[in-house]
Amino acid sequence: MDVSVRNIRKEFDRYPALNDVSLDIRSGELIALLGPSGSGKTTLLRLIAGLEQPTLGSIFFGEEDASHKSVQERHVGFVFQHYALFRHMTVADNIAFGLTVRTRSERPPKAEIRRRVEELLDMVHLSGLGKRYPNQLSGGQRQRVALARAMAIEPRVLLLDEPFGALDAKVRKELRRWLREFHDRTGHTTVFVTHDQEEALELADRVVVMSQGKIEQVGSSDDVYDRPNSPFVFSFIGDSASLPVTVEEGGIRFEGKETGIAPGAGDIAAGEGTLFFRPQDVALVTDPAAPALEGRVATSRRLAGTRIADIDVGTPERPHHVEIEVPLDANAAGGASIRFRPTRWKLFGA
Amino acid sequence: MTTPAAVSVRWRLRQPSVIPGFGLTLGFSLAYLTLIILIPLAGLVWRSASLSGAEFLAILTDARTLHALKVSFGTAFAAALINVVFSVVVAWVIVRYRFPGRRIVDAIVDLPFALPTAVAGIALAALYAPNGWIGRLLGFVGIKAAFNPTGIVIALVFIGLPFVVRTVQPVMEEIDREVEEAAATLGANRFQTVFRVLLPGLAPAILTGFALAFARGVGEYGSVIFIAGNIPYVSEIAPLLIVVRLEEFNYAAATAIASIMLALAFVMLLVINLIQAWSRRRYGHGA
Repeated sequence: MDVSVRNIRKEFDRYPALNDVSLDIRSGELIALLGPSGSGKTTLLRLIAGLEQPTLGSIFFGEEDASHKSVQERHVGFVFQHYALFRHMTVADNIAFGLTVRTRSERPPKAEIRRRVEELLDMVHLSGLGKRYPNQLSGGQRQRVALARAMAIEPRVLLLDEPFGALDAKVRKELRRWLREFHDRTGHTTVFVTHDQEEALELADRVVVMSQGKIEQVGSSDDVYDRPNSPFVFSFIGDSASLPVTVEEGGIRFEGKETGIAPGAGDIAAGEGTLFFRPQDVALVTDPAAPALEGRVATSRRLAGTRIADIDVGTPERPHHVEIEVPLDANAAGGASIRFRPTRWKLFGA
Repeated sequence: MTTPAAVSVRWRLRQPSVIPGFGLTLGFSLAYLTLIILIPLAGLVWRSASLSGAEFLAILTDARTLHALKVSFGTAFAAALINVVFSVVVAWVIVRYRFPGRRIVDAIVDLPFALPTAVAGIALAALYAPNGWIGRLLGFVGIKAAFNPTGIVIALVFIGLPFVVRTVQPVMEEIDREVEEAAATLGANRFQTVFRVLLPGLAPAILTGFALAFARGVGEYGSVIFIAGNIPYVSEIAPLLIVVRLEEFNYAAATAIASIMLALAFVMLLVINLIQAWSRRRYGHGA
């Protein structure tokens, strides 16, 4: 089911949590809403579910305007961060809940419900645990029960709010892979919220990066990592270094000195800006006559196969630190002077 | 006690622990409970034991005793049931909604705790008597609400209200909003959410409140005697019958009735506690 969010604005006590947000989700897609806390990602998810009502704007499920439909009518599967299981019910009763609350004419017969529950338990690899109570399960198992419960109503869209947020790192990784498989198998349109970029980049077909109630960028993992379209996305996704620079005579200058690099296509052509680059996208410059960024190593640390150096490139009055990757054989002892140039960079106007 | 059990208890008492003081506090608790509760109650049982079995049985099967016990336990049970329904609604309103005067409503709930029960009884009797404000209105529809078991139930509802509200309230405050939202996304309407998700979750607390209100109701004396009418075989409660026997200097009969009340109340509270323990284990409340 396609979901289309159109010009949504949501205010809480006059404070806008979402400001003119539009997003098209294609049928069968696995989408991640990624952003720091307070960016409005959970609010957007709850608006799609109907757990919140938009102040302005509309939400379409396929061709149908769902903006004024109740949660019950929207027929969405929602999985909460803290599972929200009914703890006085067995696992099987939890999963069957969405079917048993239907009106008599729509409710499947008991045997059919039992069969569906068995099927779902099997699907989330919890066969045989139907008679347990939620408090007898581990966190990862509970989250899978929550997912099975949401799937039982054959939702049009599956929405997950920080589904792995309350789990430990190992279980989280397992469940992440498992969710991807699950999605590929069932083909449900799925939207999940996360603040963990690794999770978003690994799992999602498309990542929606949000900040301060706005969508900053929508794109594949490659898009948002390699071609960030804003300073926020560049600094939020992955490691990055940034420096205040000026563009003069077609070259990028830092502290008035040439750096040896020029603005790329789409970058600003003149004036002040901020240069962004990733620690691994730098090359050391050995020729003392060639223009480059220069500085002194403040500290360096070994990180698996590489060495990360914290370089002080500023002046005593205006210190600037950047982190770059240096070859293991380069001199990166504290105090050593070092000259380098970004090999890939992005320049944003000030 | 058999030797192995004794050994195992000893071993556990000696376990080093980060919360020391088990022996001291347990010893104090037992001594305290013995002084305050067990010795008086044991004295009661001992006193009634001065009766022969036949005499005891005669008092127990005396029609007036049986009626008094029936009135006491029956009205306490009915009042506790009424309280369960309406106190849960009161707790719900206090917990879930923010409205002007909410703090005042919250404070009013505790009044039955503080008010001398005799004052409550006299006030209720004045209101519900056939010539009282409410009693007159009820008279029009043919309901007599004072000087009969109905009056007793009214007094006991008054007395028991805070017990249910105050036990249910904290548990209700902890209800996770997400659970309700989950039910809604699964298609449950409000009615289904309340009756299939929220109330079953509150059941253990409601049961505790019921037990407390019931126990209080069985033992209540002060407020009841003013509104009950105290007609033997109709609206005479067991505690009153005990006082009547005492005034007749029939101490043996008084203690016998008291012992029976004690036994009945203990059994009923034990059953309710067992049901609670079972539901706790099952649903993992507090786990």
